Amino acid sequence: MRLPPNPAAAGSSFNTKMTIHKRVQTEGAGRPSLIDSIGCLWARLGSIFVLSILAAVSASIATADAAETDQEVAARRAALDLAGAFSNDGFKMRDGHWSGTIKPHDHALIAVNLYAGNQYWFSVGATEPAKRIAVTVYDETGKQVVTESYNAGEKAAAGFSPTSSGQYYVSVSLVEGEESSLCFVYSYK
Amino acid sequence: MAAAFLLGCCAVIGAEPARLPADQLAKAIRNDSITIPTPGELFAALEKPGKPNWSGQYRGPIPTTYHNRAQIALNLGGLIADGFIAVEAQDSQQVKNIGTDIIKLAKALGVSENVLSRGNSINEFAENDDWDALQEELEATQNEVKSSMQSHRDQDLIILVSVGGWIRGTQVVSAAVLQNYDERSAKVLRQPALVNFIHSKLNDISPDLHEEPLVKEVSDQLPGIEKLVAFPASKAPGLDDVRKVNDAIGKIMDEIQNKDVK
Repeated sequence: MRLPPNPAAAGSSFNTKMTIHKRVQTEGAGRPSLIDSIGCLWARLGSIFVLSILAAVSASIATADAAETDQEVAARRAALDLAGAFSNDGFKMRDGHWSGTIKPHDHALIAVNLYAGNQYWFSVGATEPAKRIAVTVYDETGKQVVTESYNAGEKAAAGFSPTSSGQYYVSVSLVEGEESSLCFVYSYK
Repeated sequence: MAAAFLLGCCAVIGAEPARLPADQLAKAIRNDSITIPTPGELFAALEKPGKPNWSGQYRGPIPTTYHNRAQIALNLGGLIADGFIAVEAQDSQQVKNIGTDIIKLAKALGVSENVLSRGNSINEFAENDDWDALQEELEATQNEVKSSMQSHRDQDLIILVSVGGWIRGTQVVSAAVLQNYDERSAKVLRQPALVNFIHSKLNDISPDLHEEPLVKEVSDQLPGIEKLVAFPASKAPGLDDVRKVNDAIGKIMDEIQNKDVK
């Protein structure tokens, strides 16, 4: 799977040849925290053996965290699945996320603090009935920045390499579909 | 007509506006687990122009016998940042030493068994020089500690773990930049919005905790730090700017590490 061509800004150091792979990771590495719970595991661990053990663990986590709905878990799984695909290109997935709901033609705006020199991918997963979501990035003044983008229905990602450190805003919009759960994660290298 | 066509295009593709107004930016979602970068992110940016002398950034062992919970939380965050430094230096013995101290402090806070089992994983990954896994494990440990605090109704301590990590990370980065100045490395120190966010989170904690001398001191220092790291976006801070940041952060770090808080 290759990202669609989307020219980066002049002078951008971002790798426009980014290839999305399914991540294969050694067993046991980077076990998720309770905060990340089950969704991370699907994206992070390739082994069926580990998955079967973790399914049992996740069941207890899900019970402990009754506030998390199936929709939220599914959205997180989708986000982590997408973010995990960048790992083979050396991107490290941040062990943290934001979950919420989004209405049609509305957007969620999330503040992040980024460092010049790093490359970032912001990945979002949503669930049915979302049909198409989009991820856009703005700088600290609110000006949209040029990003690489990946869209596949209820999954979308935007990647870029800031030339200045500071606060940025990631906007997630529901372009098509009905109110849905979504989950946002990001990766860096 | 052209304007109408453009407007139509935007409506069809659901395009985002090219600029967001300030009131929308002010309402953006900000939370500890997404808005505060990890030491790993900071160190990744620092080493882009060239690998710093990571082992030169080690500090001596810190006490693990603090009694004050706020001080433990702040130092726990700092120790986790130290763990990231040891991982960057690929020093397995140092990782194990720090892992042991992390667990000692975590125990003192009464965190869950889940966190304590992380200590074994850290040792195991260090034995195998599995640096990527170690970095993930440290990050997961930090989140596990926070999660455990949440379930123990210690929410106010969570931000202190993040603050401790950010302060120690910034101390190390500013020191590394001072030792081998490079404009690209110096740029990572520009984080006024982050300091502002941390300060606002500290202001939100319970009055009792906020009035504790160490917490109050850290909180009171942050507006000054915010000014020091508010470099223009287009210009890298100079050597003097970096030195000022390092001095100010160093003072806070000394307080966190040494002050005998009852």
